[in-house]
Amino acid sequence: MDNLAELLHGFTIAVTVPHLALMVVGVLLGILVGVLPGLGAPNGVSLLLPLTFGMQPVSAIILLSSMYWGALFGGSVTSILFNIPGEPSSVATTFDGYPMARDGRPTTALATAFGSAAIGALVGVILITFLASWVAEVALAFGPAEYFAVYFLAFASFVGMGGAAPIKTVVALAIGFAIAAIGIDTVSGSVRLTMGVDELVKGVSFVVAVMGLFGIGELLVAVEEEFHARAVSSKIDWAEVFRAVGRLPRHGVALLRSAAIGCWMGITPGGPTAASFMSYGIARRFSRRGRYFGTGEVEGIISPETADHAAGTSALLPMLSLGIPGSATAAVMMGGLMIWGLNPGPMLFVDQKDFVWGLIASMYVGNIVAVALVLLTVPVFAALMRIPFVVIAPLIVIICVVGAYSVSNSYLDVVMMLGFGVVGYLFKKLFYPLAPLVLAIVIGDKAEDAFRQSMLMSRGSLGIFFANKLVTCLIVAGIALLLLPLVLQLARLWRKPASAAAETTAQEKVII
Amino acid sequence: MGRTSIFSLSAAVTVLAGTMPALAAWQPQKPIEFVATAGPGGGTDNLARAVQNIITKHKLTEQPIVVVNKGGGSGAEGYVYGKASAGDPYKVIFGTSNAWQQPLVSKVAFNYTDLTPVAAMAQDEFLLWVKQDAPYKNAGDYLKAAASGEFKMGGAQSKDTDEVLTRMIEKVGKVKLTYIPFKSGAETAVQLAGGHLDSHVNNPSESLGQWRGGTQRPLCVFSPKRLPQGAKVTASEGWGDVPTCVEQGLDIKQYEQPRTVWLPGKVTPDQAAFYVDLMKKVQATPEWKDYIEKTSQVDTFLTGAEFDKFIKEDLEHVKQVAGEQGWLVK
Repeated sequence: MDNLAELLHGFTIAVTVPHLALMVVGVLLGILVGVLPGLGAPNGVSLLLPLTFGMQPVSAIILLSSMYWGALFGGSVTSILFNIPGEPSSVATTFDGYPMARDGRPTTALATAFGSAAIGALVGVILITFLASWVAEVALAFGPAEYFAVYFLAFASFVGMGGAAPIKTVVALAIGFAIAAIGIDTVSGSVRLTMGVDELVKGVSFVVAVMGLFGIGELLVAVEEEFHARAVSSKIDWAEVFRAVGRLPRHGVALLRSAAIGCWMGITPGGPTAASFMSYGIARRFSRRGRYFGTGEVEGIISPETADHAAGTSALLPMLSLGIPGSATAAVMMGGLMIWGLNPGPMLFVDQKDFVWGLIASMYVGNIVAVALVLLTVPVFAALMRIPFVVIAPLIVIICVVGAYSVSNSYLDVVMMLGFGVVGYLFKKLFYPLAPLVLAIVIGDKAEDAFRQSMLMSRGSLGIFFANKLVTCLIVAGIALLLLPLVLQLARLWRKPASAAAETTAQEKVII
Repeated sequence: MGRTSIFSLSAAVTVLAGTMPALAAWQPQKPIEFVATAGPGGGTDNLARAVQNIITKHKLTEQPIVVVNKGGGSGAEGYVYGKASAGDPYKVIFGTSNAWQQPLVSKVAFNYTDLTPVAAMAQDEFLLWVKQDAPYKNAGDYLKAAASGEFKMGGAQSKDTDEVLTRMIEKVGKVKLTYIPFKSGAETAVQLAGGHLDSHVNNPSESLGQWRGGTQRPLCVFSPKRLPQGAKVTASEGWGDVPTCVEQGLDIKQYEQPRTVWLPGKVTPDQAAFYVDLMKKVQATPEWKDYIEKTSQVDTFLTGAEFDKFIKEDLEHVKQVAGEQGWLVK
């Protein structure tokens, strides 16, 4: 086990007083930017980047990656407490995290999320440690056709298992694809759907869309429906933090399944967002309490959080070994690597052993530091839920406005964010699902690029999606997931028509 | 450009007359924003951050500098932002030849004439890359094999520098290539390493790690003479060992991409002069030499009439290729 020896050497680099101090500072700053409106991990890391120029590359990457872990945890806080996902990958956490917090159990929701996130991250790091070279090879096997197949699988696993009427899911998806198409098209180079608004050439930012759809949309619904009874009485309960974490092993199957999905999507270039959606969708189908998903189920929090962090962690590997950043934050870190004089790519593992293994060791330590710090803050964050709605509502509006503006200092983004708020409200009122819409906005254009690149390669033949074992398996799995609910539905109708109809109505009530 | 020049000239006279007694050239009074028309980690972003570091390290100006990325729409976001900031001398836009090439082929809401040119610093070279284990040893072999018409050429963006060069290779080498656009050069390099493409025309810095790692190698460089030797990249070879494409019978003498620096339109000539001077000072530092060497670019500095002439010539050339391909926007 060469890797084990290297890892132990890495620990001697990572576990030193200055590096531990950097981790604590990084994690705290990370939690801060994760919780603060509109900052988020990529911005936080780029703000911190200039400070690292004088540092040793190992120290610098430890500081930045610790900030990343902190921000990932912090991002879940706003998702759960206020229904405002700070990162694309924490959208799926809102589906059950927010209802649970609203239900008076914010401590449980936060502690469950953090605990399962830490487990996901740990599985991701273990994977990086032992399978680094194998993983790098798998990633190379991914051409445009395979990329498309992965995205297709993500769509299929979520769409096929969503709770809403299939036709509404398709409509939501189509709107999402249209929004994703705004801006310059990679394949043709032409400007699309800007409707004469010059600024739209940059496309619609994800942050702007989700702040409106979730934050403002939810607010509008709340104002209309239950304006008076919104304050949640939750007492500060330290013991519940540990009880919630202690209950995690009971959901062992969900944890393992989600970690596996997360790692798989992190290595193949699907990324954390697709991973969390897919994991949530599959949990919804296979969990015994799947039909209650969306009302504050524990497994509905565990599944996306575990997968998100497993994918986020293992996604750092393609960045180091291939020079493809898996996320916006990874892209900023890669810029840092180059400024420190390191070239991400296959040679990094050979030339810069201290750096690579110091970083990997710091992922173990950094995540432990992060989860310890973040669990300590749970009761404080949970206490935020006791603030009356009349106070919190304007705060949410401020968070959303500032957040949307700070994406690229543009008023247009604020206007669009408010527009998305109205769309979110209408979706809720008309029982249209938001998740497919968001998924299509986030990975729709990537899926489109991959599809058209494949078509260019094969000169228009769909045969490219069945050209080798890898892509065939992915596509077949996608189609199977897509058809599964239809087949089950038919089978049920065949046996007892009445109960199937009853179930459909039950599902209508819980639409995500 | 003509009208702007006359306007700026008269403005220059007025401003010059106004400030003559004090003889104090314009100095920035608040923080300066460097706008990189590319995402973090790309060549343009690296340039902006390298310049920022050098200025900060040598205290070339008193004011702090922040780098922001506006890379949406293949960089159009940053240029449109520059156009909208007309008259604001605290925004410096870093780009490439995109500034004048993009408006030719897509309906973007800016043209390079909306901006005030500061300088072209550093030219990035292009090379023809193939997979490490590809059978062909030189550009001649490559062209022979490509005659089958089955070759896939990857590149960053559509109708941009990479695709223009691909079309030039097709014309000169009398072959047909399938061009497949990706988001960035880095992504293209990975696709070649995985064997999903037959070749690409990346800049040296975009494929440096991949060459060292033994996944791909350059066949030739699109430059009139070989690149400076520099340090060895692989065990046996450095950039200077790569033959020129002309040597190998692929007759494209020169194809380069300048890194360009702009100010928004309607700034005063002494404001522009301040930045020209600032960039000149940056270029004189050892850190700049280091940056140029690490990224294997060519050190140049074009400003004023020279820069103008360069743009016009390049524009003519691209117009011709784009016209033949039917890309020009009406």
